[in-house]
Amino acid sequence: MPETKKFLYVNRKAPYGTIYALESLEVVLIGAAFEQDVSLAFLDDGVYQITKGQNTKDIGMKNFSPTYKALGDYDVNKIYVEQESLDARGLTLDDLLPLTWEDEDDDWAEKESIKVISAAEMAKIMEQSDVVFSF
Amino acid sequence: MALEVGGKSIETDEEGYLENRDEWDIEIAKAIAVAENLEMSDSHWEVVNFLREYYEEYQIAPAVRVLTKAIGKKLGKDKGNSKYLYELFPYGPAKQACKIAGLPKPTGCV
Amino acid sequence: MSQLHTVNKSPLERNTLESAITHAVKGNALLMIEDGVYGAMRDTHKSDIVSDAMDDISFYVMGPDLKARGIDETRIIDGIKIVDYSGFVALVAKHDATQSWL
Repeated sequence: MPETKKFLYVNRKAPYGTIYALESLEVVLIGAAFEQDVSLAFLDDGVYQITKGQNTKDIGMKNFSPTYKALGDYDVNKIYVEQESLDARGLTLDDLLPLTWEDEDDDWAEKESIKVISAAEMAKIMEQSDVVFSF
Repeated sequence: MALEVGGKSIETDEEGYLENRDEWDIEIAKAIAVAENLEMSDSHWEVVNFLREYYEEYQIAPAVRVLTKAIGKKLGKDKGNSKYLYELFPYGPAKQACKIAGLPKPTGCV
Repeated sequence: MSQLHTVNKSPLERNTLESAITHAVKGNALLMIEDGVYGAMRDTHKSDIVSDAMDDISFYVMGPDLKARGIDETRIIDGIKIVDYSGFVALVAKHDATQSWL
């Protein structure tokens, strides 16, 4: 059994103005094949990536927000969202996509992937990660 | 590259994936299957249709591991294993079935 | 002279909106586009800089960019007008000059 490392992907950019959000999502999906312990962090403008109701048909870009809902299938189910970042943007948990995963060890019970945490708690999660990718 | 279907020329990339996903129809799927040397059965179509639905919902073609698990859940454990899927699509279920389904190559699939 | 200012950066990430508002003069218009449309939302830590400038500057926001980002029209600061692409063109045509704040 190879050693499992704690990977953290930090997302800090809004979804369509730059390519960072989409790049990060693709790296997460590719990286999921390596069966490591993966967590995602959304802070600053990154929280905009997972808001509900995105519809890009009038700007001619791909709406990749539905893909976040597939993360559970990829065993990516630790998604941390920073409270202070939501507050600064007038957003609440209700504004975010419902991201869930199914627990194979619990008769496929559907569970929430998102945890809203404070900046101080986020700092701890960053500190405890072996590998951090920042987008 | 291009694929000739019913007198129309359909653009594909160098590996045979459709350039324009919206052009896909059942005749094009059959033509891609012929090019892949695959005889399509109901079981093949079941997987192809599953992939199209998955893409519609999540906007990605799933990785093989994810596809296998999801098929098992939706169509039964006897189908949710790589042996079954590789028997249907010998060159890789994600690769071949996605191509026939008119989807892009799965992310992370080289 | 009447200028149109366009802002395409999120005000929660850059000071582009703040700087544009500071340098706009009475009678100018300011259009938020792309990530700039986050500046049109109510109840953010930056909403006040827009509300406070409302008497002097006419604010506009690109509808298609709002929609792409899932921002409902009900969440927009009162007084900001929503425009589409032809509205953008009309604004450019109506003003003597356009300054794109990047």
